[in-house]
Amino acid sequence: MHPALSVLLLTTLIGAGQGLFIALFVSELLAAGTLSPSFFVGGSALVVVFCILGLIASFFHLGHPERAWRAAAMWRSSWLSREVIALPAFMGVAALYGLAHWSGATYTLALGVLGTLLSIVLFVCTAMIYAAVKVLKEWAHPLTVVNFTLLGCASGACLATSYAVFAAPALVVPLSQAAFSLIALSLVTRGAALLRNATLKPASTLQSALGIRHPHIVQKSQGAMGGSFNTREFFHGKSPSFVRGVLTLLLFGGFVLPLILVLTAPALAFVVHYGGLLAERWYFFAEAQHPQNLYYQTVS
Amino acid sequence: MSSPIHDPLAPPLPDAETQVKTTTCYMCACRCGIRVHLRNGEVRYIEGNPDHPLNKGVICAKGGSGIMKQYSPARLTKPLRRKAGSERGANQFEEISWDETFAILEQRLAHLRATDPKKFALFTGRDQMQALTGLFARQFGTPNYAAHGGFCSVNMAAGMIYTIGGSFWEFGGPDLERANLFFMIGTAEDHHSNPLKTQIGDFKRNGGRFVAINPVRSGYAAIADEWIPIKPGTDGALILAIIREIIALGLYDREFLARYTNSGQLVNQDGASNDFGMMLRKADGDVLNPLRPHNFYWWDRLSNQPVADHTQGADPSLLGSFVMPDGTPAKPAFQLLKERVAECTPDWAEAITGIPAATIKRLAHEMGITARDRKIELPIPWTDWWGEEHQSVTGNPVAFHAMRGLAAHSNGFQTIRSLAILMSLLGTIDRPGGFRHKAPYPRAIPPNVRPPKGAAAVQPNTPLGGAPLGWVETPDDLFVDGEGQPLRIDKAFSWEHPMSSHGMMHNVITNAWRGDPYPIDTLMLFMANMAWNSSMNTSEVRKMLCDKNADGGYKIPFIVVCDAFQSETTAFGDLILPDTTYLERHDCMSILDRPISEYDGPVDSVRVPVLPPTGDCKPFQEVLVELAGRLKLPAFTTADGGRKFRNYPDFVVNYETAPGSGIGFLAGWRGKDGEKAMRGEPNPKQWEMYEKNGCFFQYHLPPSSQYMRNWNKGYMEWAQQTGMRRDNDPIIIHIYSELLQAFRLAAQGKRPGKQPPAELRERVATYFDPLPIWYAPLEDAQSDLTNYPLNAITQRPMAMYHSWDSQNAWLRQIHAHNLLHVNSRTAKAAGIEDGGWMWVESQWGKVRCLCRHSESVEPGTVWTWNAIGKASGAWHLSEDANESQKGFLLNHLISEELPANAAGKRFSNSDPITGQAGWYDVRVRIYPAAADEAAVSSPQFAPLQALPGMVKEVPAWRGWFAGKKGDGQ
Amino acid sequence: MTQLALVIDLNVCVGCHACVTNCKQWNTSGAAGSLSDLDPYGADPNGTFFNRVQTFEVGEYPQTETVHFPKSCLHCEDPPCVPVCPTGASYKRKSDGIVLVDYDKCIGCKYCSWACPYGVRELDEKRQVMTKCTLCVDRIYDQSLPPERRQPSCVLACPPGARLFGDVHDPQSAVSVAIRERGGYALMPEAATRPSNHYLPRKKTTLNLRDEALYRSDNPQRIDGAPFEPNLPPIAEEL
Repeated sequence: MHPALSVLLLTTLIGAGQGLFIALFVSELLAAGTLSPSFFVGGSALVVVFCILGLIASFFHLGHPERAWRAAAMWRSSWLSREVIALPAFMGVAALYGLAHWSGATYTLALGVLGTLLSIVLFVCTAMIYAAVKVLKEWAHPLTVVNFTLLGCASGACLATSYAVFAAPALVVPLSQAAFSLIALSLVTRGAALLRNATLKPASTLQSALGIRHPHIVQKSQGAMGGSFNTREFFHGKSPSFVRGVLTLLLFGGFVLPLILVLTAPALAFVVHYGGLLAERWYFFAEAQHPQNLYYQTVS
Repeated sequence: MSSPIHDPLAPPLPDAETQVKTTTCYMCACRCGIRVHLRNGEVRYIEGNPDHPLNKGVICAKGGSGIMKQYSPARLTKPLRRKAGSERGANQFEEISWDETFAILEQRLAHLRATDPKKFALFTGRDQMQALTGLFARQFGTPNYAAHGGFCSVNMAAGMIYTIGGSFWEFGGPDLERANLFFMIGTAEDHHSNPLKTQIGDFKRNGGRFVAINPVRSGYAAIADEWIPIKPGTDGALILAIIREIIALGLYDREFLARYTNSGQLVNQDGASNDFGMMLRKADGDVLNPLRPHNFYWWDRLSNQPVADHTQGADPSLLGSFVMPDGTPAKPAFQLLKERVAECTPDWAEAITGIPAATIKRLAHEMGITARDRKIELPIPWTDWWGEEHQSVTGNPVAFHAMRGLAAHSNGFQTIRSLAILMSLLGTIDRPGGFRHKAPYPRAIPPNVRPPKGAAAVQPNTPLGGAPLGWVETPDDLFVDGEGQPLRIDKAFSWEHPMSSHGMMHNVITNAWRGDPYPIDTLMLFMANMAWNSSMNTSEVRKMLCDKNADGGYKIPFIVVCDAFQSETTAFGDLILPDTTYLERHDCMSILDRPISEYDGPVDSVRVPVLPPTGDCKPFQEVLVELAGRLKLPAFTTADGGRKFRNYPDFVVNYETAPGSGIGFLAGWRGKDGEKAMRGEPNPKQWEMYEKNGCFFQYHLPPSSQYMRNWNKGYMEWAQQTGMRRDNDPIIIHIYSELLQAFRLAAQGKRPGKQPPAELRERVATYFDPLPIWYAPLEDAQSDLTNYPLNAITQRPMAMYHSWDSQNAWLRQIHAHNLLHVNSRTAKAAGIEDGGWMWVESQWGKVRCLCRHSESVEPGTVWTWNAIGKASGAWHLSEDANESQKGFLLNHLISEELPANAAGKRFSNSDPITGQAGWYDVRVRIYPAAADEAAVSSPQFAPLQALPGMVKEVPAWRGWFAGKKGDGQ
Repeated sequence: MTQLALVIDLNVCVGCHACVTNCKQWNTSGAAGSLSDLDPYGADPNGTFFNRVQTFEVGEYPQTETVHFPKSCLHCEDPPCVPVCPTGASYKRKSDGIVLVDYDKCIGCKYCSWACPYGVRELDEKRQVMTKCTLCVDRIYDQSLPPERRQPSCVLACPPGARLFGDVHDPQSAVSVAIRERGGYALMPEAATRPSNHYLPRKKTTLNLRDEALYRSDNPQRIDGAPFEPNLPPIAEEL
C-alpha cells in the first residue's frame, strides 16, 4: 500500500494523544493528591492539540473534506465511520477532563474513566479500519488492534514522561518505567506482527486472480502505460533498500532508542519515539501487499 | 442507508440540445457505420450503427475515441507558409489565407502542367478517396501518383489478383460463417478489422478450429486453438511444403481444379520454342475475348487427345506428359506444379521455417481432409460460364486470411501466389466456407486498367495517357522509355518492379532527392507521415527532404503537406494545408475505389459532416476540386471552359466515368429520382438519400449470383451490365501464370516487344517464375547473417492500427510508448534484462529502446508496436512525452534501398515483382545498453514547436464532458 | 432478485480495447462523468477508466497462451467495498445488484478501494470522488433507446462478442446459460466476495485425424493415373 503522510500523521498523533490521556488518568488514579491540577489541565490540552493536529492531517487525505461530516453515517458497518464518531467524542471528554481539573470539579475520575474507555474504543476503531480489510492479510489480524493500542499507549506514555519532565518531575520515574514497559511490550507484539507478515503466503495469486491454472503466468501489459490510480494507491513505489532502511529506522527509532532514552533522557524520549512511530506506520502500509497489485505489474 | 443524492440515471444536462447524426468512421481503414451523438453541438458519444452491414453496431477502441481526435490540440486550423528566410525543417511558418494558398498552388501547378506535368508528384497516405486523387493526377497529366499501398500490402493484392482475380483486403475474405477450419498466416489484423473480429468470435463459438501461423502470438493469434511460430519471411516455404503434401496425398479438389483453374491447360514444353512455358493455344479455338484469348488446350483423358478447353464431355488430364499432334511436348499446368513442389518436402521446409516437419504434414492433412470430408452443399441452382447448370452451390470449409505478414517481404508476391494456389487446390475460391469475393471483385486477371505505356503519355496540358496506377498484363504494358528505363519517379511499372500496381511511395523521396530518374518540382503529400513512420530509413529521408543543390535550391524544390494534424512531416512542408477531421467532411467509399462490399453484393458508403469545420480547415477533396477547376482540368471543366463542379459533393453527384455512362463515384440511388442502382444518370438528391439510409448503399445479389463468380454466368452478365467488369469472360484461376512467364521470356530475349535493360535480365528471369517459388528475402543475401542473426518485425496494436492517433488522449494512454519484445531466452543470452535499456542494430543503423521479455515470440525474431514512437514535440505532445523519450521507431533500422550490387546499382528494398516494400526483411542484432547510458530512446531529434493556428496552451488535464463547451468540471 | 453482471469470454477476447474506450466515452459525458485525464498530452498520460484490458503470457515458449484480460467492477454479491464506506456513498442497489458510488456523498477517502481485492475502483483525481463501472446504469434503463441497445457501452462495442450482459440470478438468461455450460468462473474465490461478473475460459478445438482418412479409394490421383507417393504407406484396401 502507498503510505499517505496524512494517515501516518493522523494515526500516530491521535494515538499519542489517546495514550497520553490514559497516562494522565492512571496518574490521577495512582497519585491524585500529589499532583497539581495544572498538570492535568496542560496534559488534557496536549491530548486535544494532538487530536486536532491529527484531525487536520486527516483532512488532507480526503478528496472532499467539506463533506467529512457525512462520514458518521455508516457507523453500523464501517469502522471508519465509528472512528469518525469516536474521535470527537474522545476529544470532547478529554477537553472536559481538563476543564474539570481546571475548575476543581469532583467528577474528574468519572470523566477519566469515560475518556479512557473512549480512548480504547478509538484505538479499536482506528485499528479495525485496517484489520477489517480482509484482503490485506498483513492487516487483518488481532495483532493490528493490539499494536495500534500498545504503540499508542507507549507513545502516550513517552509523551507523558517527556511532559512530566517539565510539569511533574515526581512522575518522571514511574512514567518512564511505564513507558519502558509499554515500549518493550509493543516491541514484542509489533515484532510478532513483523515476523508474521514476513512469512505470510498471499491468499491470492496470479492464478486465482485470472482463474487460470498454470504455474507460469507473467503479465505483459496492465492496459495503461502512464500509470493510474491503481499504480499509485497500492504501491509504495520505493526500492527494497529504502524499505529495509525504514525497517531499521522503525526498530531503532520506535523501540531501541526510546527504551534507552526514556530511562536516560526522558525529555527527548517522545520526539525520538514519535519519529520511530512515523517510520513504523510507513512500514505498516508498505508491507501490506494488496492483491490488486497482481493486476498491475508490467507495461508494454 | 439513506437514499442516494446523486441520481445515477438522471441525464446530467437535462436541458441540453441533443442530436444524432449518422456517418462513417475514419479512425482507421475499416470504415464502420457510426452514429454520432451531439450535445449542445459537441460530440457526446460515437456508437456503431447497428443497421450498418459492415460493423452491425460494434465499434473498436479507435472508433470509440473519435472525440479525442476531434478535439485534439494537435489540429491544424490555418493554411501555413514556410517563413521567408527560414530553412525547411526548421518548422517556422506563418498563416496565410486560402486565397493566397490557392494562388500559390495554381501558379506553380499551372506552370508545371504547361511545361512538364510529371514534375508534379501527388502521394497520399491513408487516403480513402483514391478515386478522386487518382483522377486528379491523371487529369493533371502526371504519372507520379500513388497512395501508400506500395509499402502497405500490394503483394497481397497482386499475388492473389494475378492468381484468382481477387484478394483479401476489402476485396474478399474468409467465409467464417461456414468454415470449419481457419488459418491466419502472419499479422493480418489491420484490414476489415471489426467484421473480422466479429466473424472470428462467432466462428470460435460455433466450434470452428482456428490455427495461427505467426512469429508472434498477439492479436487474433492469441485466441487461436493452435499457435505455430514461424520464422519471418519463410511462409512461402511452408505453403509449398503443404502444397506438396496435398498433391502427394491426393487431397486436392480435382473437380474444381479441372474446371475452374488452368490446371488442365497444356503448357508448351518445347525448350527451343520462343513460346516455351506459354499456354498452347488452339488456333481454331474460341478465343472468347480477343483482348484476352481463351483458346486453350486440354488433354482429354477420356479420349486421350488434345481438345479445346471446356469441351463438353471432356475431362482434362491434370497429370502426365503429352506430345501434341505437331510434336510439341506439353504438360498440364498441374503436372508442372507437382514437379515444382517435388523437392519442397516437409523436411526442407522445417529447416527454413523452424516448424517441425510432422507439424507441416499435419497441417496439410487437416486442410485436405476437412476440405474433402466436410463438403458444404447449398440448395442454390446456378449456371456456370460454359452453360452447365448446377443444382447446388458446393464448398469446402477451409478458410484462410493473411495480409501484411506475408506481404511486407521481398518474396511476398510469390508467397502470396503460393497461398492463393493452395486455397485453389483445396477448392475454396468463391465458395461457401472458403474464400469469398466482394464487389467489384472478381476482376480479370489482371484487371483491365493499364498504366501509361511510354514517355509520350506525358504531355503538357494534357491528361495522362493511361491510368497513373494500373495492372500490367504483358511486358509491353510497362511504363518505360525506349531504353527500358523507368518513367515514374518511384520507378513503378519499370523492369525493376514491373507489377507495382500500387506504386512505390517508399522510394519517392529518395529518388526525387537523387534526381533518379529525374528531378521533380512539387511534391504534394496528403495524410502521409513520410518524415517519420511512413518512410524506411527515416533519419536519412529527413535529411533528403532538406538537402540542397549546389545552387542553394532544395533538391525537392517545393513540398506541400496536407493533414489535419501537426506531425513530423508538416515541419518539412513549404505549404501546409489544414485538412478537416472525418466528422467535418463529405467523403465517399466509392465503388470505383475500395468500397465496403459484402460477400453477397456491392456496398458503398459516404461520410457527411456532423460538425462544422474547425478554424479554416478545408477537406482535401475540396482543395482538389478547387484546384482542378482553377487549372481547368478537362474532367472538371465544362465545354465552354467554365468550372464544372461547385464543390466536392456536387462533383460526386454529377461526375460520370464517361459522358452518359451512368457510372459515378456512388452506386446507390442513381437515376433522376434515385430509382436506379449501380448505374443511372446523376441524381441531385443522392447525398440526402444516402443520409436517409444511414450513409450506405447495399445491393444484394440473388443467391444464384453470390458464389463461383469467376465463372458464374448470371453474375458475369450482371457485372458487365453494371460496368463492374468490362468483359464477361470467365476468370480462370492461374495455377500456372503465363503472365509471369512472358516476362521471363522477355528477359531471356525470347519475346518481341519491350526488353529489360541488360543488367536486369537475370533478375527478371529469376523472379518471374510462372510457378510458385520460395526464395530468401533479398536483404538476406546482402546481410551478414552471422552478425545480424535476428529478424525484426513490427505490427500495429489493435487500438492504433491504421490510425494516426498519438494525439489522441485516450488511445495514447493505452500505448504511450513501445518496447522491443524479445524471446526471454534470446534476451537472457544477450544479457538484456526485462524492462532494461538495450540496443537493436541493423546494418543500416541502431536504436536504443526498452526490452520486454516474452514467451510469445519465436526466438529468432524481435518485434515492436510500430509507429508508437514519435519525434519529440510532434503531434503537439510535450517534449518529454513517453512517445519520444521511451518510444522508438524501428524504421531507422530499415533501408528503403538494398545495398549496392556489384555494379554499384541500388535497388529498392522491395519485392522484385511488385515493388512492395520489404520492411519485414531487416536483420538485426541486440545487446544491452551500458549502465551509464541515458535512459532515453535513441535517436532523438530537435523538439518540434507548435504551429500557428494550433491551440497555444495544451491542457494539463482534461475531463471531457460534452455539452459544456469544452472539458467538464 | 435480479443481479445484473457481465460475462467475459476469454475464448474470443482479442484484446482490442474497444470496451475500454467505449466505456470511457459513454461515461465521461454521462451521469458518472466526467472521467478526467491527467497530462493527456504530456509524459505518463493517465486518467480514469472504468475498464481496462490487460495482457498475460501463460506458459513458456512455444507452449504459450497470450491471454487478454478485460477487468472492471465485478458487482460482487458481497461487495467488500460497500460496508467499509463511512458515508454510504458506496452502495449496492437492491433492485438490480449494481454496485454504485454516490458521487455527492463520496468524501474521497479511498477506503472502498482498499477493501476491493480486484483494483477496479479508480479515484478520479480531478473530481476527487471514487468512480467505477456502473454497468452503464444510465443506458440500460433508458426507455428512449430500443431494447437491444439498452446494454452497457462496452458490450455494444465489443467486436468479437466477448462480453455478455444480463441477470445472473435468472437461470434462463444467456449469461447464466453461458456460465453453466461454458465453465464460467469468478475471480479470486478466496476473497469470498462472490463476484457477479464471470469469466469464460479458453477452449481448445482440435481435429482428431486418423491415418486411414488419408487413403481413400476415391483419391483423385487415380483419375490421372498417377501412382501414390512411394514413400507413403499403402492405402488400406491395397493391404
